[in-house]
Amino acid sequence: MNKKVLLIEDEPNIIEAVSFILMRDGWEVKTHSNGHDAMDAVRRREADIVILDVMLPGRSGFDILKDIRSDPALGDTPVLMLTARGQDKDREMAERVGANRFMTKPFSNADVLDAVRALVAEHE
Amino acid sequence: MASLNALAIVCVLYVVVLFSVAFAADRAALHGRGAWLRSPIVYTLSLSIYCTAWTFYGAVGFAVRSGLEYVTIYLGPTLIMIGWWWTLRKMVRVGRSQRITSIADLISSRYGKSNTLAVFVTLLAVIGTTPYIALQLQSVTLSFQIFAENDLLQRQTVSQQSIAFWVAGGLAVFTILFGTRNLDANERHHGVVMAIALEAVVKLFALLAVGVFVVWGLSGGIGETLARIDASPIKNFEVSGSRWVGLTMLSAAAFICLPRMFQVMVVENEDESHLRTAAWAFPAYLMAMSLFVVPIAAVGLEKLPSASNPDLFVLTLPLQEGQDGLAILSFLGGFSSATSMVIVAAIALSTMVSNHIVMPIWLWMSGGTAMVSGDVRNVALLARRISIAGIVFLGYLYFRVSGGGAALAAIGLISFVGVAQFLPALMGGLFWRGANRVGALAGLVTGAAIWLYSLFLPSFGDTFLMPQHVIEHGPLGIDWLRPQALFGTEGLDPIVHAFMWSVFLNTLVFLVVSLLSFPRPVERLQGAQFVNVFQHSGTAGTWSGGLAQSEDLLIMSQRIMGPAEAQALFSEAAKRQGIAGLLPEPTPDFLQELERVLSGSVGAATAHAMISQIVGGATVSVEDLMAVADETAQIMEYSSRLEAKTEEQARTARQLREANDKLTQLSVQKDAFLSQISHELRTPMTSIRAFSEIMRDTEGLTEDEQNKYSSIIHDEAVRLTRLLDDLLDLSVLENAQVLLNWQSGTLEEVLDRAVSAAGGSDPDFQIDRLPQREHFELRSDLDRLAQVFINLISNARKYCDAKDPVLKIRAKRSDDRLIIDFIDNGSGIPMDKQTLIFEKFSRIGETKAGGAGLGLAICREVMARLSGAITYLPGQKGAAFRVTVPIDSPSVKAAG
Repeated sequence: MNKKVLLIEDEPNIIEAVSFILMRDGWEVKTHSNGHDAMDAVRRREADIVILDVMLPGRSGFDILKDIRSDPALGDTPVLMLTARGQDKDREMAERVGANRFMTKPFSNADVLDAVRALVAEHE
Repeated sequence: MASLNALAIVCVLYVVVLFSVAFAADRAALHGRGAWLRSPIVYTLSLSIYCTAWTFYGAVGFAVRSGLEYVTIYLGPTLIMIGWWWTLRKMVRVGRSQRITSIADLISSRYGKSNTLAVFVTLLAVIGTTPYIALQLQSVTLSFQIFAENDLLQRQTVSQQSIAFWVAGGLAVFTILFGTRNLDANERHHGVVMAIALEAVVKLFALLAVGVFVVWGLSGGIGETLARIDASPIKNFEVSGSRWVGLTMLSAAAFICLPRMFQVMVVENEDESHLRTAAWAFPAYLMAMSLFVVPIAAVGLEKLPSASNPDLFVLTLPLQEGQDGLAILSFLGGFSSATSMVIVAAIALSTMVSNHIVMPIWLWMSGGTAMVSGDVRNVALLARRISIAGIVFLGYLYFRVSGGGAALAAIGLISFVGVAQFLPALMGGLFWRGANRVGALAGLVTGAAIWLYSLFLPSFGDTFLMPQHVIEHGPLGIDWLRPQALFGTEGLDPIVHAFMWSVFLNTLVFLVVSLLSFPRPVERLQGAQFVNVFQHSGTAGTWSGGLAQSEDLLIMSQRIMGPAEAQALFSEAAKRQGIAGLLPEPTPDFLQELERVLSGSVGAATAHAMISQIVGGATVSVEDLMAVADETAQIMEYSSRLEAKTEEQARTARQLREANDKLTQLSVQKDAFLSQISHELRTPMTSIRAFSEIMRDTEGLTEDEQNKYSSIIHDEAVRLTRLLDDLLDLSVLENAQVLLNWQSGTLEEVLDRAVSAAGGSDPDFQIDRLPQREHFELRSDLDRLAQVFINLISNARKYCDAKDPVLKIRAKRSDDRLIIDFIDNGSGIPMDKQTLIFEKFSRIGETKAGGAGLGLAICREVMARLSGAITYLPGQKGAAFRVTVPIDSPSVKAAG
């Protein structure tokens, strides 16, 4: 059975690109594109890994990550954070709230794929 | 004999001329032409409404009945114009600086903006003026009848009542048309004043013409005429000293106190210096008016049948001699005198009635707040119109009920005594700081009561109001209370008797009560401003408020003054305070200015009440009370200086705080700038990189996929370019290196272009325009201007959160600039954000609705380059932007 990725990102083109890469690699990809009800999506999808953008409409990615970490059922789900702001401040913040990996846009497709594979493997 | 029809035609033609003159003058004033409208001669001529039909016709009758006594009626005003010039100037200065709308408003304003006082003065003025209006209607009716009697063909067809009715109706229509064009009573009624000036010329010319005809046509020269006067009974009249002095003083008092005189002298005054001309020109006018009175009286007595009414000699003499043209001219003179009086009196009284009686009642009924209730402006205008009709109708009613006749002829002087009761309160208010409201009210009540009791009621003869036995023996037989011989003062003329006692007791009570009672603080402040109007132009701080109230004040003012005027006033004040945007700080100075401006529309008491509802009940601050408590001049001065300093420091501190807040916000924004620009650049780059890698590394992509991915790469590259263009554009604009491309075109074309470039109007986003109001030619960089419009329209499309979004675009011209407002129906922009939206990278909220937050910053820079401006327009329902652009570019003008 394919491993499941939940991609939370609001730029349609980036969603399309990341989905394409992961699906070619054999992942099942679910997407969600706003911050308001992102937690519902995380709970519902029961993904093996979550890819989370920092700047989302409605709610920041950091807040969503905090909620994931404080939820006992989801607590240790691997999370890969993406940001377009690329400042050190953001990286520190991501580490503090418990991101497993942090990537700055634009990224290379191979790096994303490697990161996702590694995180899921680590988790298992 | 002149036919009645001919007269009616002449009359109608004359009225048409009056309407056209009034209309033309209003038009000229509206377009800023016609400096002659504001000349001292027009002012002087407008003062001549003092000479009503009662003086035009009645002076001759007066002369027949009591010799030279008629001169007193002219002597009083002459003495005032020459001798009391300084007092009049003070009245005019106070009237202008306090934006006084009527004599009731002046008295109310002086005594602490007391509405009770205003209501009382208004009522007394209405009681005193109504019979006077009836008198004018009577004179027109009588003169018509003279013609009717002479017209053998249609002797029976004209009824007195119907003439009076049509005259009254016509006057009401004229007055409503030209007297209520603008709400602000301080804006001059150019049309009305011009028509009155014309009528002044007509009546003088008519009387002089009759006089010349009598002296040279009938009598055969000056010497002959003098001989005839010697032979007539006029010569034999004994002049009673007390009556002579009494009547002169009475007419002098009335000249100042009559509501209609106050209207033309103070309210309609354009320029204080006009008084200087009027000081000699008006007495000269009066002298010309009185020049031929005695000759006409003497010759009339000699030539006309002994039963004929001497009040109409001016008309009957030419008729008798077969001079129809002259008779018609004379008729027009009388007609002019009557109509001009009624028009001005109706304007003056309607202002008083609507401001002091109708508006307060309406405000009270509508819950007392101008904020929630609809358009105050319309209500006030409607109130004024109804009042005009009501007052003229009241005059007509009085005429019908009293049935005309001799009783009415005596009413002129009786009215004079009634309004003379305002004199003590008026003069006391202007010259004596100790005068206060209670004293003024007590004096007025006393004077009015004595006037009613000793003159007004007895004038009707034996009625249930004042039965004959009371007049003869006093109430309940108390001898010293006989209405026409109070305290046993027998043998005096009733008019002089009533005038003397009413004004004397009025003054006495006014003085004593004022001395015995304490004025309220507002009265003290107003008193100081009135009495010392020449020393300081009014700076007693009576208001204090916070910025949040400015918007409420603006909303209220828009309702009363109209949006354009209110916005102009507010932005002007903001500019003076050195604040950008439309909302000034509600400093005491600004609030006072606003109150004064509003009082021009709704009266001082109402304006005061409206502002205090918004700014808070504290109409007088502790500082004011302290300032008032210690009146020593130095301490006053010192404390006011201190106060000014404290105020200034507070304002400086406020401005510093504002600047600091803005800087802090800006520095937060500067920090955000880097992360913003990074985000805006990286996002499209992410897609480009990801898809180009996909296309490079993936084998077996279908053609569809290849097309799709390459067009995504293309679109994102375009997005990047656009962002960089915007950034460059902004930096070029900010460094003023931009080359502008000046073109001519119409606003409509530019807006058309912008609307279609921004996606046009559709059911999901409607654009509401009035293309017929957009035909303005302008010369500017039209592409840049369109860029600004496109930005505003797309912003509204993106951010307007209404269910059915509508963007209203309205253009108008103001001097040499065009003002274009873009107002949507969404929830608008919160006040704390309104100053920030024009900064770079500021987007309201954390939304990602598209742009990089550079649009408005670019707009602001563009408008600055075009010598225009773009501002946020507060006080509207949705988000509203105002673009101001010069009609012609300044640089081009300079080059040309």
